[in-house]
Amino acid sequence: MRAATCPNCGAPVQFRWSSAVQTACPFCKSILVRTDLELKNVGQVADLPPDPSPIQLLTEGMYKGKKFQVTGRLVYAYEQGSWNEWHIVMADGQSGWLSDAQLQYAVSFLADGGPLPAEAEVSRGRHFRFQNNDFEVATLTVAMYRGFEGELPFPYYGKSDMLFADLRTAGPPFGTLDYSEQPPLLFLGEWVEFEDLQLKNLRQFEGWK
Amino acid sequence: MSSPLVPAPIVKARALNCSNCGGPIALRGFGYALTVVCPQCLTALDTSDPQIKIIGQIQEAQRRTLWIPLGTRGKLAGAEWEVIGFQTRTVVDDGDTWDEYLLFNPYKGFRYLTEYQGHWNFVTPLEPMPVRLPIGLRPGASFGGATYKHFSGCYAMTSFVLGEFPWRLQAGEKVQCDDFIHPPYVLSSETTKDEVTWSRGEYTQGAEIWKAFALPGKPVPPRGVYLNQPSPRAGKSGGLWATFFLMLLLLIGLAAFFAMFSGNSVVFRNSYQFSTLGSSEPSFVTPIFQLNGRPSAVELSVHANVDNNWAYFNFALIDDDTGAAYDFGREVSYYHGTDSDGAWTEGGTTSTAYIPSVPPGHYYLRVEPEMDTNAGQFRNASKRYNATTYDIILRRDVPNYSLFWIAALLLLIPPVFTTIRARSFEVSRWMQSDYPPVRRGGG
Repeated sequence: MRAATCPNCGAPVQFRWSSAVQTACPFCKSILVRTDLELKNVGQVADLPPDPSPIQLLTEGMYKGKKFQVTGRLVYAYEQGSWNEWHIVMADGQSGWLSDAQLQYAVSFLADGGPLPAEAEVSRGRHFRFQNNDFEVATLTVAMYRGFEGELPFPYYGKSDMLFADLRTAGPPFGTLDYSEQPPLLFLGEWVEFEDLQLKNLRQFEGWK
Repeated sequence: MSSPLVPAPIVKARALNCSNCGGPIALRGFGYALTVVCPQCLTALDTSDPQIKIIGQIQEAQRRTLWIPLGTRGKLAGAEWEVIGFQTRTVVDDGDTWDEYLLFNPYKGFRYLTEYQGHWNFVTPLEPMPVRLPIGLRPGASFGGATYKHFSGCYAMTSFVLGEFPWRLQAGEKVQCDDFIHPPYVLSSETTKDEVTWSRGEYTQGAEIWKAFALPGKPVPPRGVYLNQPSPRAGKSGGLWATFFLMLLLLIGLAAFFAMFSGNSVVFRNSYQFSTLGSSEPSFVTPIFQLNGRPSAVELSVHANVDNNWAYFNFALIDDDTGAAYDFGREVSYYHGTDSDGAWTEGGTTSTAYIPSVPPGHYYLRVEPEMDTNAGQFRNASKRYNATTYDIILRRDVPNYSLFWIAALLLLIPPVFTTIRARSFEVSRWMQSDYPPVRRGGG
């Protein structure tokens, strides 16, 4: 189902990515969630705050020799500002995330880490082992969901105060324990340098090349 | 495909007016700033608040002169950076200060330039967490395959801010700072009650900063040795030692060459006996022998088979034509035994004399052996006596190796000097640390 009709306003809705589960109607701004057969209107998209990320929908890049395209975005706000989780689709169809937190970039993928620690078990300084890497809980962040745009691989709306445990190592590998779902989700990935991503179709900044 | 997607508009710089003095404040960070300090009246404002709430006031007395004004752009580490913020950090204990310039690039993010008494560092925030580990008895840290030695730790607070910063200004907040060094790099950790953040600085020459940002004039010369300043002599002493060993090899080759090509020929050799029993005068002269060629050295060696005994020889090398004489004496003594420490030996059975620059001509030796006439080692029917057989060997044109030794010593000067200088640079560096190698005077 690549093309559909908005259940709210009847406008045509296109899915760029065949596995997308959530999108927004570009005309009436309804949040649309795709179930087996139908498209459900679950709410109204809130305006995203002005954001200076150089990444935008349809930005393309490379990670580990594979091309990817940005199809969607989640915005989180916390005490020290906000950050973006850009949903990326790799050339082979794999779904991943390119996060941009104050221009520190990281690429991660949903991972199977076995049984995950419960929310009460994570505290700063604790160590956990996932996929043969030792991770330390560096910070615990309580974030608010600020909105989304584009296409997402799962329904994600109407959430508030969510706990994220930020997992670090001595090198590029990093992870996130996401307690917005039950059971929690584990994302594992790497910090990446801007230039290594070879990003194309970026936003323009006045006075900068 | 008809795309409903509208590309995001060009991001424009914003400006606002100070909530306190109304003066214009440029926002160069495209909205990352959470705090901005008005350059005119030093009021700190919360830019995340729609009302641009006043959150504090920096004291005018704290105002600093910036080497690089806000809004200046420069190219460093392969990218363009704009100075958008400035802060002064003060060490709580001693009031020492350093300055930090916040650099921004809308694609690559944030970097810092730190300056302390003319010493600059280009600092990149780190997302990975270096591993703390002990190096010997001291703390250290490991990152990117290198180990960093703990240099010093302190509590610091922000005493002055100008321009914008992407975090909330916490007036009077003390942060525990620790520096770990691996010149020209420094790993710095800042610990608050909520988190530990790491960054890595690279020592950068002031001149490089001045060039990158096209600053007028010249940077002030740095004072003292900075914690991650690369030693100007690091690595050089190694090279000098390599040169030294190379030169020494050449010298040895040269000495071997001399040894091969100098005559070093035996001009006289004979064996004699001596005993204290003899009643006649023990001195005698040898037959005349010829010393040929240019004036050169003569080496006389005398080998006597004394055993727990001594023999003394007076020699005169006499020119038969002129009567000129070289007088010298040599003792041969050889003792050995066993005591509580085991076996021991003292002296030897051969002694050598070296007579430099002997002109050619006809020569003979006058020899006068002496041994102890009282404590005789041997005994015949009537009395105790001492006796020995001895060989005299005279060599002509013996190379003089002392010059080679002097040359080798002279060659030692540059590497030793440089090694001492390098050592003293490291001592100056570490004197500023929490681990001074020399106790400070006075205290």
